[in-house]
Amino acid sequence: MTELDFSVVFDRWGMVLNGMLLTIELTLVATACGFVVGTFCAIGKRGRTGWLRRLCGMYVEAIRNTPLLVQIFLVYFGLSNLGLSLSAITVSMTALTINVGAYSAEIMRAGFDSIEKGQLEAAETLGLTRRQVYWHVILKQALERVYPALTSQFVLLMLSSSICSQISAEELTAVANFIQSDTYRPFETYIVVGMLYVLLSFLLRIVFWILGLAIFRRRRNLQAFI
Amino acid sequence: MRNATEEPGRDVVVSLKGVHKKFGQTEVLRGVDMEISKGEVVAIIGKSGSGKSTALRCIDLLESINSGTITVCGHKVHSPDVDLRALRLDIGIVFQSYNLFPHLTIEENVMLAPTAVKKIPKKEARELAHRVLGQVGLMEKAGQYPDQLSGGQQQRVAIARSLAMEPKVMLFDEVTSALDPQLTGEVLRVIEDLATKGMTMIMVTHEMNFARRVADTIVFMNEGKVWETGSASILNDPRTPELREFLQNEL
Amino acid sequence: MGQSFAVGYLLFLGKGALWTAGLSSIALLCGGILALVVALCRISPQKWVRLVMALYIQLIQGTPVLVLMFLMYFGLPSLGWSVSPLLAASVSLSLYVSAYLGESWRAAIQAVPRAQWEAAECLALSRTQRMTKVILPQAVRIATPPTVGFMVQIIKNTSLASVVGFIELVRAGQIVNNTIFQPFLIYLLIAMLYFSMCYPLSIFSRKLEAKAGEKSYA
Repeated sequence: MTELDFSVVFDRWGMVLNGMLLTIELTLVATACGFVVGTFCAIGKRGRTGWLRRLCGMYVEAIRNTPLLVQIFLVYFGLSNLGLSLSAITVSMTALTINVGAYSAEIMRAGFDSIEKGQLEAAETLGLTRRQVYWHVILKQALERVYPALTSQFVLLMLSSSICSQISAEELTAVANFIQSDTYRPFETYIVVGMLYVLLSFLLRIVFWILGLAIFRRRRNLQAFI
Repeated sequence: MRNATEEPGRDVVVSLKGVHKKFGQTEVLRGVDMEISKGEVVAIIGKSGSGKSTALRCIDLLESINSGTITVCGHKVHSPDVDLRALRLDIGIVFQSYNLFPHLTIEENVMLAPTAVKKIPKKEARELAHRVLGQVGLMEKAGQYPDQLSGGQQQRVAIARSLAMEPKVMLFDEVTSALDPQLTGEVLRVIEDLATKGMTMIMVTHEMNFARRVADTIVFMNEGKVWETGSASILNDPRTPELREFLQNEL
Repeated sequence: MGQSFAVGYLLFLGKGALWTAGLSSIALLCGGILALVVALCRISPQKWVRLVMALYIQLIQGTPVLVLMFLMYFGLPSLGWSVSPLLAASVSLSLYVSAYLGESWRAAIQAVPRAQWEAAECLALSRTQRMTKVILPQAVRIATPPTVGFMVQIIKNTSLASVVGFIELVRAGQIVNNTIFQPFLIYLLIAMLYFSMCYPLSIFSRKLEAKAGEKSYA
C-alpha cells in the first residue's frame, strides 16, 4: 500500500481556489439565466399559441432525454460551425443555461399548474390581463411551491458543471485533472476535490435556503429546504 | 321581474334572452330569460343542477353561451367582440370559495386590481382599500394574510376586493355555502348593507330567509329554465308544484 | 474528408449504443442491490447504522459522477489495483445509483401506510417476514415509477464513461469522428440515439406515475 500524500494538493491551493471560483461562477450565471429561460418556456408551454407550445415542448424533451456531455459538445461544435470562436467559459455557460433551462421549465410548469383555478378566475374577473395574472398572482406562489425542487436542480447543475472540463473550461474538475497528471497523486487529488464538491453542495443549499427566507415573507415549511 | 316598459324611469341593466348553454352533450341552460333593473336585488334559488350558478357565470363571461343574448350595462356579452376589460370593470363577482390570493396581505389583495387595472397610484389605492375594508368591518386586518382569517372574514374581504373596483352590478355565487353556519351571519349582513345602499345584485343562494328579507325578486330555476319568478311572496305561496317541493325540501 | 456516412460507421455506433445499454444494466443491477442495502440501513432501528448510511448518501450525492469515475480509473491504480475502463465506470455508476435509488426506495418503504406495519406486527410476523411479505411488495409498487424515471438518468450518465475510455456510444462517435471529421453531425446522431433510448422510458415513467396517482392507498 503506497503512502498517501495529500500535501501535493494543498500546495497548489491557489489553483484549486480558482477552479472552485469558476465552478461557482458557471453555476450562478447558468442558474440565473436558466431560470429566466425556463420560466418563459413554462409560460409558452401553457399559452394559446400552438406552435410555441410545441416548440417549448420539444426543447424540454430534447434536453431532458440527452446527456449533458453530448449537449456541451453540440454547442461547442455548433457555435464554431457558425464561425463564432468563443471562450470555453462562454460555451460552458451557454450549454449549462440551455440544460438547466429545460429542467426549470418543467418544474415551473408544475408550479404554475398547481395554482388553483379559482384564484385565476378571481383575478380574471377583477380585470387583470394574462400578463398581470402571471406576474401578480401565479409567479410568486408557484416559485414558493416549487422552490425545493428548483434549488435541488440548481445544486445538481453545480455538480454537472464538472463536465465542462471536457471542453477545457478550467473549473474544479479540470484543475483536479491537471494536478493529478502533474503530481502522479490521482487518489489524493480526486478525494480532496470530491470533498470540495460536497462542501460546495452544502454551502449552495444554505445560500438558497437563506435566499428563500428573504424572498418569501411568510415562513412556511422550512424543513423542506434543508 | 319588473318590466321596463311598465315602469318608466327604471332602466334594465342586466338582460338575458333565450340563453342556451351546453357542457359537452349535457344542456345545462335551456332558454333562460331574465331582466334586472338598476338597484334591484335578485335571489336565484333552485336545486343543484338547475343551472343557477352557470347562468350567473355566463353573465360575467366565465362561461360562453351557445345561443341567446346577454346584455349587461350596454355590453353585449354574447358578442365575440365584447370589450372584456370594460365588462369586468362593471361587474363584480364573489365566489363560493372566496379565492383570495394567499401570498398577498388583505390590503394587497384589495389594492391589486385598482393599481394594476385602473392604474390608481398606490397611496390612493391604499386609502380606497381601507375604505372598503371598513365598509365590511375588517379594516384592522389589512396587514394580515388570508390564512390568518376565518372563512367569514375571508369572504368579506373577497366582497371588499370586488367593491374596490366600484362595479355597477355585483354577482354572488353561493357565497355562504362553504361557511360554517355561525360565520354566515357576518357575510349576509355585509350583503344586506350593500342592498340597502342601492347596489344592483344577483345572488345565487340557499339562504331562504335572507332571500325573503332582502331580495326584491326571487327567481326559481329548474331544469335549466326560469321556472317561477316573483316577489318574496312566492316563497310563502308557490304557484308551481316544483317550487313547492323544493321549498319543502329546504325546510 | 467529410464524406457521407458508411454503413460500417453506423454499425460501430450501434455497437456503442449496445454497450451503453449494457453498462446501464450493470449499473442498475449492481447499484440496485447496493441501493436495497442502503434503503434498509436507512430505516434500521440502530441510530449509528442510519447515520453512517446518511453520510454515505451525502458524500456520493455531493460528488459529480465524473469525479467518481476519475477517482476509480486514475485513483485506484495508484493504490496498486488495476482498473479497466469498464470496471471504473461500473463501480462509479453503481455507487451513484446506490445513493439515489437508495434514498428513493427508502422513501417508498416509508410511504407504505403505518397501518400496514401495525397489521403485520399484530399477525406476529418477525421483522424479516414483515419486510419481505408485507412492506416490500407494497414499497415496490410505490417505487416503480420513480425508478423507471431514474433509469433515464443512468443511461445519460453512462456517457461519462467515454471520458475514461470505455467505448460506449459517445466514445464510439468520437472514434468515428477521428476518421470523418464531422463532429457536429456525429454528436447530433449520438443525441438522437440517446433520445430514442430515453424518451420512451420517460413517457412510460410518466404513465406509471399518472396511474399511481389515480390509485388510493388505504
